[in-house]
Amino acid sequence: MKSHQRYTAEEKNVVQGYSEMFLDVKNRGEGAFIPFTVAGDPDFETSLKIVQQYVDSGADALEIGFPFSDPVADGPSVQAADIRSLNSGMTTERCFEFIDRIRKFTSIPIGILVYYNLIYKIGLEEFYRKARKSGINGILAADLPPEESNDAVYMAKKYKINQIFMVAQTTSNQRINEVVKRCSGFLYVVAVMGVTGARSDIKKSTVDLIKRVKNHTKLPLVVGFGISKPEHVSDVIKSGADGAIVASAIIDIITDKLDDMDVAKDEIGSFCRELKHSTK
Amino acid sequence: MELSGSHVIPVETGSKTLKDAINEAFRDWITNVETTHYLIGSTMGPHPYPIMVKHFQSVIGNEARKQILEKEGKLPDAVIACVGGGSNAMGVFSGFIEDKDVELIGVEGGGDGIETERTGATLCKGTEGILHGSLSFVLQDDNGQISEAHSVSAGLDYPGVGPEHAHLKITGRANYVAVTNQEALRGFELLSKYEGIIPALESAHAVAYAEKYSKVIENSEKTIIINLSGRGDKDMFLVAKEMGVEV
Repeated sequence: MKSHQRYTAEEKNVVQGYSEMFLDVKNRGEGAFIPFTVAGDPDFETSLKIVQQYVDSGADALEIGFPFSDPVADGPSVQAADIRSLNSGMTTERCFEFIDRIRKFTSIPIGILVYYNLIYKIGLEEFYRKARKSGINGILAADLPPEESNDAVYMAKKYKINQIFMVAQTTSNQRINEVVKRCSGFLYVVAVMGVTGARSDIKKSTVDLIKRVKNHTKLPLVVGFGISKPEHVSDVIKSGADGAIVASAIIDIITDKLDDMDVAKDEIGSFCRELKHSTK
Repeated sequence: MELSGSHVIPVETGSKTLKDAINEAFRDWITNVETTHYLIGSTMGPHPYPIMVKHFQSVIGNEARKQILEKEGKLPDAVIACVGGGSNAMGVFSGFIEDKDVELIGVEGGGDGIETERTGATLCKGTEGILHGSLSFVLQDDNGQISEAHSVSAGLDYPGVGPEHAHLKITGRANYVAVTNQEALRGFELLSKYEGIIPALESAHAVAYAEKYSKVIENSEKTIIINLSGRGDKDMFLVAKEMGVEV
C-alpha cells in the first residue's frame, strides 16, 4: 500500500507551522494576513483559483471553511457561500481533496473552520487523520465548547494538528484561562458581538479585548469577525494582534461577481494586496 | 404573539422552517447577548436549555399524574404525546418516568411516511448527530449535512429532537412511533367530531396514534392519557386546505 501512497505535503516537509509563520511575520515587523473562503464556493475549481489568488496576493496563512447546512455562527455572506458550495456538490471528502490541491501550490499554514457534526459524522479519529494527511495545520470547530473538547484536543495532539478556540468580549478571564490550556497554534479573538459579516468600524472594545487576552497567553492572537477593511486590519495589528482573518468582505466580492469570476478574481487580488499592505 | 406585544420576525433563510428560526434566534442572541436572553420553547439546544424546558413543562406531567389518580384511582397504562423538539412529551413523560409500568409513547410527524424523504420522524429515522448545540438524533445525509424535515404540522417539522428523548429511546424507557400527515388529519377530525375539541395538528398526531394503539386487542381495556399540547384554531386554514374544503 505504501508504494501507492502519494507524497503528502508533510512528508515532503514543506508545510510551514503557525509558530514559524507568526515568527517570520513578526520579524518582518508585520501582522499575518489570513483570508478565509468556503471550500468549493462557488464550485471546486473556481474556489481553488480564488485560494491561489489569496496566496499570490500576500496571504500569510489560509482559513478554509468546510460548508455546513446550518452554520449558526455565520452571517448571511458565509451562509450563502456554504449553500453555493453544497449545491456544487462539496462533501467533507471533497473538502479534504480541496486542501490536498491547495497543498500543491503553497506551504503556508492552513486552518479549517468546521461545524462539529461534520467531524462527528465521519468519526473524530478519521477526521483528524484525514486532516493531517491533506496538510491541515489547524482545526477550529465553531460549535464545540471547550468543556466538550477533550476528545478533539486529544486527537489534535495525536495527529499534530493545532486545535484552535475562540474568545469573545463576553469571555471571562477565568474562561480565557480554560480556553488557552486547550488551544494551540493561535487564539481566535472574535472582534465583534455576533456572527461573521462585514462591519463598518473597529470598536474600542475589540482593542480592549486584545489587550486583556494578552495578559493570559503567549499564543499568537488572530482577530476575526467583522474585519472588512484595510483600516480594520491595521487597527487590530497596531493594538497588538498577531494577525487578522478577513472573510465576509472577500466573499461579498464573489457573491457580487458570480457571473464573471475573472473580474472577481482580479478584484479579490487587489483587495487582498491592500489588506496585506495594511498589516505592515 | 403580536397581540401580547412581541415583535415577530419571519425567517427568510434556509428551508424557512423551525430549524432555520432556531439558527436565526441563535444568531440574534450571540449578537445581542449583553441585552438579550435566549428562550426556547422546546427541550433542545445547548445545555442547560433542555433541562430548563423540561423543568418548566413538568407541571403537565405532575398535574396529569395527580388528576388521573383522582379520577381513575390508578396510574394510566400508557401516555401518548407528539414529539417535534419534544417539550410537551417531555413535560407529560416527566410525571411518569419513575412509574416503570406506564408505557411512554412519543409520536413523531411522519410526513408522507418514514419510508419517504418527506418526513419529520427524527427518532424513528434519524441517526446520531450534533445540531443546535446538543448531541441527539438528527435527520442528516451521509456527510452530516442536516436534511430538511417535512410534516403537515409546523411544530413537528424539525430535523432534530431534544437529547433527553434520544436517551429515553436508547434506554428503552419510551417508544417512538410516527404517524403520517393523512393519519394526523384523521386524528384532528376524530377529536373535533366526537369530543368537540379541536386539537393542534401536532397533538392530532398523538390522537391518531392513540386510535391505532387502542385498536390492538390487548390494548382495548387500557387507560391512556393523550397529551393535548395545543389548540387547533391556528391550523384551521391549513386543515381546510388539506381536506379540500373552501373557507
